[in-house]
Amino acid sequence: MSVFGFKINEARVIDYDKTDKRILNYLLENEPSFNLCIFCGSCTATCSAGNFTDFNIRKLKMFIRRGLVSEIATEAEKCMLCGKCFLVCPRGVNNRNIILKVRDALTKIENHEI
Amino acid sequence: MKDEGKKQIWKDYQKDIADDHYYYVRSCIRQSFFPASEEFFLRLLKDDLGKDVFDDPNHTTCTGIGYHSDIVSFETIMTVVARHFSMMKESGYKNIIISCVTSFGIYTEIIETWKHFPEVLAKTRENLFKATGREFDIPENMAHASDIIYKFKDEIAQKAKYRLVNPITGKPLNIVEHIGCHYSKMFPKYGVGGAEFPEVLAGMIDAWGGKVIDYPERRHCCGFGFRQYLVQANRGYSIANSKKKFDSMEPYKPDLILANCPGCTMFMDKWQYTISEMEGKTYGENQQGIPVLTYEELAGLVMGYNPWDLGLQYHQIQSEPLLHKLGIEFSIEDKYKTRDGRQMPIPECPANINY
Repeated sequence: MSVFGFKINEARVIDYDKTDKRILNYLLENEPSFNLCIFCGSCTATCSAGNFTDFNIRKLKMFIRRGLVSEIATEAEKCMLCGKCFLVCPRGVNNRNIILKVRDALTKIENHEI
Repeated sequence: MKDEGKKQIWKDYQKDIADDHYYYVRSCIRQSFFPASEEFFLRLLKDDLGKDVFDDPNHTTCTGIGYHSDIVSFETIMTVVARHFSMMKESGYKNIIISCVTSFGIYTEIIETWKHFPEVLAKTRENLFKATGREFDIPENMAHASDIIYKFKDEIAQKAKYRLVNPITGKPLNIVEHIGCHYSKMFPKYGVGGAEFPEVLAGMIDAWGGKVIDYPERRHCCGFGFRQYLVQANRGYSIANSKKKFDSMEPYKPDLILANCPGCTMFMDKWQYTISEMEGKTYGENQQGIPVLTYEELAGLVMGYNPWDLGLQYHQIQSEPLLHKLGIEFSIEDKYKTRDGRQMPIPECPANINY
């Protein structure tokens, strides 16, 4: 490579046609209520783990849409599965099961099953 | 919508372009990097179209590069432009043609400023008079050089020896048009088609038989912007913009990029080489790059001028594959020869571009 004194900046555009959809597709198959989410943030507002840590379930769902696997793995570990997010959700999204299914999907990715 | 209605709306997007008697101001970048373009433009107007055009040797840079780099103040650039207008007045012309899109943007900005702030105009008159003893008139008609080619595109099509069609397959060439941001994004009414539907280059391509490609990043900046590349360490931002455009246009298999701005032509041409060196990625068919031409060069090609007289060999991306596609005959031996037949040095072939 020639030395030009600068590099080509990576674009920060998120192209949804090119994102990693393995976790998203697994979720849509196993917990279809994921698609009902309107990103209102009620789940995050009531989150027990979020009160003490920087865990943000709304952000996690955005990462899932964007296919950011390593960020998803970090976030999904922080949930303590209390289920309050499921209780408050105005759309009936089973957030607790979403976390469980995300963890399943991550294991499957590790084992090259999906 | 009825056709009449569409035509009525389209009228609002047109600009008046003078028919004859032009005062021509050159571009710093174009006369350095694509010197034959401006020469051919003058030749086309004078010899082929029989127009009166004056290329004033006393004309200077508009100082646009300094202005956009915060080195030259607005007051100074207004006085420099006022001097150009005074020379135009002295030569007896009222219609100005501007070769450069940066200059064009500056001239429009200045004229609009004078229109809205008459006291600034009065101050500029005073500054110019104090500095040079000159007086000036604002041009009656101001056009970019691509506007003039657009205006005479049908005359050029009638005189054309070639069309933008592959004679073997019979299919029109896929052409990307890229319009400089300062042409009509700042002051839309000064551009043909405004900022929404700039058609100055698309109109030429249509008239000469090519197919205009519409791709997602069609109106994205090429990344040239002076502030973006003046500091070497910042050039990654500049090249990233060009790369974004190349990536976006690549699936449409463009045969050619046509640009009307000196900076866009230069950067889209030369960044292809830089990307090929940095990432090993070469755009275009057979890793040959996508040729980037000026509107005069394309006009010259369709009119059957010798590609080497049009200066195509001075581009980073070489045009032989394009010339073959157009069925244009050329002599490869003459590529690097001067007009009096002397051999010029032949440039080295880049490692990742397949010439």
